[in-house]
Amino acid sequence: MDRMMGLINLDHEHHVFNELAYFRNNASLPFGGRYRMIDFALSNMVNSDINEVAIFVRNKYRSLLDHIGTGENWELDRRNGGLFILPPDWNDPSDRSIGDLRFFHNNRDYFHRGKSQYVLISGSQFISNTDYKNAFKFHLERKADVTLISAHVDKVESEHYPYFRIEADESGWVINITNDQKNSELFTGVYIINKALLMDLVDECIAYNKDNFFVCGIKEKLKNLKVQKYDHEGYSAFVNTIESFYKQNMNLLQEENYRDLFFNRNLVRTKISNNPPAKYCEGSLVNHSLLANGCVVDGTVEGSMLFRGVKVKSGATVKNSIIMQRCTIEEGVYLENVILDKDVHVTKDQMFIGSKEKPYVVAKRQVI
Amino acid sequence: MKECVGMLLAGGEGKRLGALTHNGAKPAVPFGGKYRIIDFTLSNCTNSGIQTLGVLTQYSPLELNKHIGNGKPWDMNRQYGGVTVLSPYTGKTGGDWYSGTADAIYQNIHFIDQYDPDYVLVISGDHIYQMDYEKMLEQHKETEADATVSVIEVPWKEASRFGVLSVSENHRIYEFEEKPANPQSNLASMGIYIFTWDKLKAYLLEDANNKASSHDFGKDIIPSMLQTNCRMFAYRFSGYWKDVGTLQSYWEANMDILQEKTGSILNDENWRIYTNDSNLPPQYVSQHATVTNSLVNSGCFIYGNVENSVLFKNVRIEKGSTVRQSIIHSEASIAANCILDRVIVMENTVIPEGTILQRSEDEEPLVINEDILGAMLTPAGGGK
Repeated sequence: MDRMMGLINLDHEHHVFNELAYFRNNASLPFGGRYRMIDFALSNMVNSDINEVAIFVRNKYRSLLDHIGTGENWELDRRNGGLFILPPDWNDPSDRSIGDLRFFHNNRDYFHRGKSQYVLISGSQFISNTDYKNAFKFHLERKADVTLISAHVDKVESEHYPYFRIEADESGWVINITNDQKNSELFTGVYIINKALLMDLVDECIAYNKDNFFVCGIKEKLKNLKVQKYDHEGYSAFVNTIESFYKQNMNLLQEENYRDLFFNRNLVRTKISNNPPAKYCEGSLVNHSLLANGCVVDGTVEGSMLFRGVKVKSGATVKNSIIMQRCTIEEGVYLENVILDKDVHVTKDQMFIGSKEKPYVVAKRQVI
Repeated sequence: MKECVGMLLAGGEGKRLGALTHNGAKPAVPFGGKYRIIDFTLSNCTNSGIQTLGVLTQYSPLELNKHIGNGKPWDMNRQYGGVTVLSPYTGKTGGDWYSGTADAIYQNIHFIDQYDPDYVLVISGDHIYQMDYEKMLEQHKETEADATVSVIEVPWKEASRFGVLSVSENHRIYEFEEKPANPQSNLASMGIYIFTWDKLKAYLLEDANNKASSHDFGKDIIPSMLQTNCRMFAYRFSGYWKDVGTLQSYWEANMDILQEKTGSILNDENWRIYTNDSNLPPQYVSQHATVTNSLVNSGCFIYGNVENSVLFKNVRIEKGSTVRQSIIHSEASIAANCILDRVIVMENTVIPEGTILQRSEDEEPLVINEDILGAMLTPAGGGK
């Protein structure tokens, strides 16, 4: 049977998350009320019948390790296959590789050992709920070497800037991968590749001292490869800056987006915590908001997203804001267009107002 | 060897819970927006360091078995010990249903003996409370007791509903009466016992041979231990403790956790209540919704008004509907313009548009599922 393994490659992911990513990799940034960015890529893989997943991660991975653990919440704690987090522990004295090729080179065993003939490679910044089984079927039918998953965007926004654009002919064969900002066919960073070919391309990249597998191994070799384009359907978002982070979280307050990302397809999995149901107290006035379990609300919450275990005391107002895990907002506080990272404590009667374009961000564990 | 093995009696039907236990045992009845009744006892075990536990099931155990699984949510998925579900079984010499609480333990003596424990904790899965069994065990050891019975002070006028213990100044039990007409004491047994295993085993073997016995802890084992002058002590418990044996008390216990004081039992950092988590997305509260003094679980969509209610996962409350003092189980949905007051809506029930279901304070809360609803909506006389 044809089978895919998964690879989440976090190397070369560029982002501007400032204080939100001082102490964590962008893959473990909280998103969507109770998730972390990587949950979408991981869940999509698991929901596509992939049962071995490797993660290439270079730095700031303490919070990622804590989040993913043994992979049990994604049912990746398996006897056969399962989860492999592969940080840089490279001891090969003959190693000549650079860039993300070092991950491939130093983890050859992992690729050789697995029985899958195909690899689904993904980053963490493309947020969607996708079953890649269809794309895989398509990949096999077209007898492609590589299938790139593309997403069409109606309007090119600033967060789309860093992503490659795909030009394909009528039958979907990719003829160019560009930076053309006028092209609204974005490469999602997700692609399927034949494993044997992947390993050959890795060798070639290393032989020629290349430092970026996708750019040098696929983009530059496009003419020698049979590369297909496969269109992603349904809700998706690209998140790579504070502004896009804020915007895309707020977009989830639109019910249709929320339903499309979380309810209409497969279950998005994340680390389970053991929070009780959310408690709405006597003074709670909540509307147009998403709340996770463990919240205790006695104030006003409007157009906002509260992660697990947030406390909003009586007389406090939270408007158009994203409040991450276990923040406490004391009495009489007013917050508007604010992002509070985890464990922030806002003391009595404080007022913080950001703008929609530039939300006011507070780094984690601050008392303000 | 394990010092103390827990035996959790979870085989009861809970007849007085009506439709709530038609398809599942009482310990598996949903509670508090996310939990099942048995979670409180299971979590007490986890938090008290009881890592070896037998769960005795009998009546309609499917949900319960699935819920307990390998015991992972309670950290009881252990290589040695952990949780074991013990259902009635047949063997070389035949087999039988558990005929009473003591018989259930008697039939599983071999399970307990595997761990060669000094003590056995006997508990049941149908109360809402938080209790540190370790403290009770400490007292049991200090007093060198043969049996320790956990007691709680109840109002005198209610004492006759319970098994009542009379104790001397040092808490030694000298009298036990099951539901006495004229109670001599207001210390009620909570049905939580710690026994020194050798002693209990001897009494269980003796009781099993007694054809006249009903093989019940409260009715047979405790009285016969008392008669033969065993060292028996009361362990005083104070705090929230609620039997959820009737619809009224089930409803009350759910309303209790909406109160500031008792509500903390779900949100106590030092005494977490563990359960299976469905890993569902956050709850969505729409523009026109109002939610006050309520508990709401993941995956809910609320467009209407919710007051003093408990909503389990994936519940939908549509526009113009008001849900008051009600308990809505998982996956139920309340269509537009309904009024629900003091209603318990069971799993997967769909309440059609414009339905009004209300029960006054002096009536028993109303339980609704698809069948009951169907019967209610059919016009009297059977229609056609």
